[in-house]
Amino acid sequence: MSTWTEDQPIVSIKNVRKAFGTLEVLKGVSMDIMKGEVVCIIGPSGSGKSTLIRCVNALNDIQGGSITVEGQEVHTENLDKLALRKKVGMVFQQYNLFPHKTALENIMMAPVKVLREDKADVKERARELLKKVRLYDKEDSYPGELSGGQQQRVAIARSLAMRPDVMLFDEVTAALDPETVKEVLVTIKDLAADGMTCILVTHEMGFARELADHIYFTDRGVIVEHGPPDTFFDNAKDPRTKEFLDQIL
Amino acid sequence: MNGFEEFFVRLAEDSPRWNFVWLYDERQAERILSGLWMTVKLSIACVILSVIIGIAGAWMQGAKNRVARAIVQGYIQFFRNTPPLVQLLFFYFALGQFTPVVTGPDGWTQIPVISNVGWAIISLSFFAGAFNVEIFRAGIESVPYSTREAAESLGMTRTQTYTNVVFPLALRVSIPALSNNLINLVKTTTQAFAIAVPELLYESVSVWNDFPSAQNPTMLLLFVVYISLVGVLAFGMTSWERKLRIPGYGE
Repeated sequence: MSTWTEDQPIVSIKNVRKAFGTLEVLKGVSMDIMKGEVVCIIGPSGSGKSTLIRCVNALNDIQGGSITVEGQEVHTENLDKLALRKKVGMVFQQYNLFPHKTALENIMMAPVKVLREDKADVKERARELLKKVRLYDKEDSYPGELSGGQQQRVAIARSLAMRPDVMLFDEVTAALDPETVKEVLVTIKDLAADGMTCILVTHEMGFARELADHIYFTDRGVIVEHGPPDTFFDNAKDPRTKEFLDQIL
Repeated sequence: MNGFEEFFVRLAEDSPRWNFVWLYDERQAERILSGLWMTVKLSIACVILSVIIGIAGAWMQGAKNRVARAIVQGYIQFFRNTPPLVQLLFFYFALGQFTPVVTGPDGWTQIPVISNVGWAIISLSFFAGAFNVEIFRAGIESVPYSTREAAESLGMTRTQTYTNVVFPLALRVSIPALSNNLINLVKTTTQAFAIAVPELLYESVSVWNDFPSAQNPTMLLLFVVYISLVGVLAFGMTSWERKLRIPGYGE
């Protein structure tokens, strides 16, 4: 059984290698994330950052190295997928809500169907979560009736309904209009303030700087540089990091 | 005999090609009605069974097991690419020989376990089911993979994802094509005539064999009945489609 304690990394990624066919996208990536930390992974597109967090909740497999969540190995034959996915929530770039269900039903589906929790309890919790993401009046709206930013906040609430210990955010603001980016970022900020462990792949540099405890910069499948935001943004050492930051900032 | 019946008796006397015999002859009316009832039962049974086959087949096509997928593929190729009438004859005459028989209550009649009606239901359902598999598969493929990933990352198993997310979405996409195929199926039930299933066409032909003067009216009746039956089905499918429409989605 797991002997994980809170002074050990909640997510530990060690020398992970991942290839799609002959294309190697992760060439030995390591990082440790402690409970309650907010970690941002930035880097040019195609550098493997989305792939990396998808490996954390076993949406992708890996070819080498190891990933543990709360001390339990993710990439093993006898992985308890349900146990892993209860611990790790994920929010996607394209929201991926269930279009045939209302906002409230989207949030309720997994706790009711997967955890077999009492429907009335789940409903109450779902309403609280909607309130938390500031969408209390939208519980009967279908995803198609909501803006991108609203859909993404429902997606966050849907993930939270499973009471995860770690949240993964895969470029969650990349598909949004500039004016709705903020409302989603505020929601994530609230989460971080509540002590949720967050791993974000993002292009929002201002957000990363303000909120992150640690920033990782990836390029071509490796971590080029990492550090706390102040050091990272002001004293980048690697020329690739500098070049990237010059292009973006 | 009332005025209505009298009118048709006189019409048959005046114009020998227009004998609406089943409007005034109770025995003929019973034949037509029992034929209609058989057609309705046959249609309902085949529609339900073929939809079940379609759903199960489409589910098996997405299975990891290669053998399961190959079986579905072979099934589709056979039933989609051969004439339904030939299938019907094959089921009844070829396979029918090998099905067990039971002895009837009189002690000597041999009654096959699967009757001609049974074979008609099986054969027609498998025929329409082959198309339904393809129709549902197309619907399933229209559901974005990312939506499935979202369900999976919420801890749902493949079955839970299929029943709660993929199938409800696929169904909405499939209904128009499904509707066409089921309409075809209802019309194809007339081919059960070939193995003497007493459905509407069979009974109609029996009537006009006994009353050649009733041929034109009975054919007319056949058209009217099938237009109405298909109309009811088409209306039902359209209402269902409208009922399942998702606000703000796919418009």
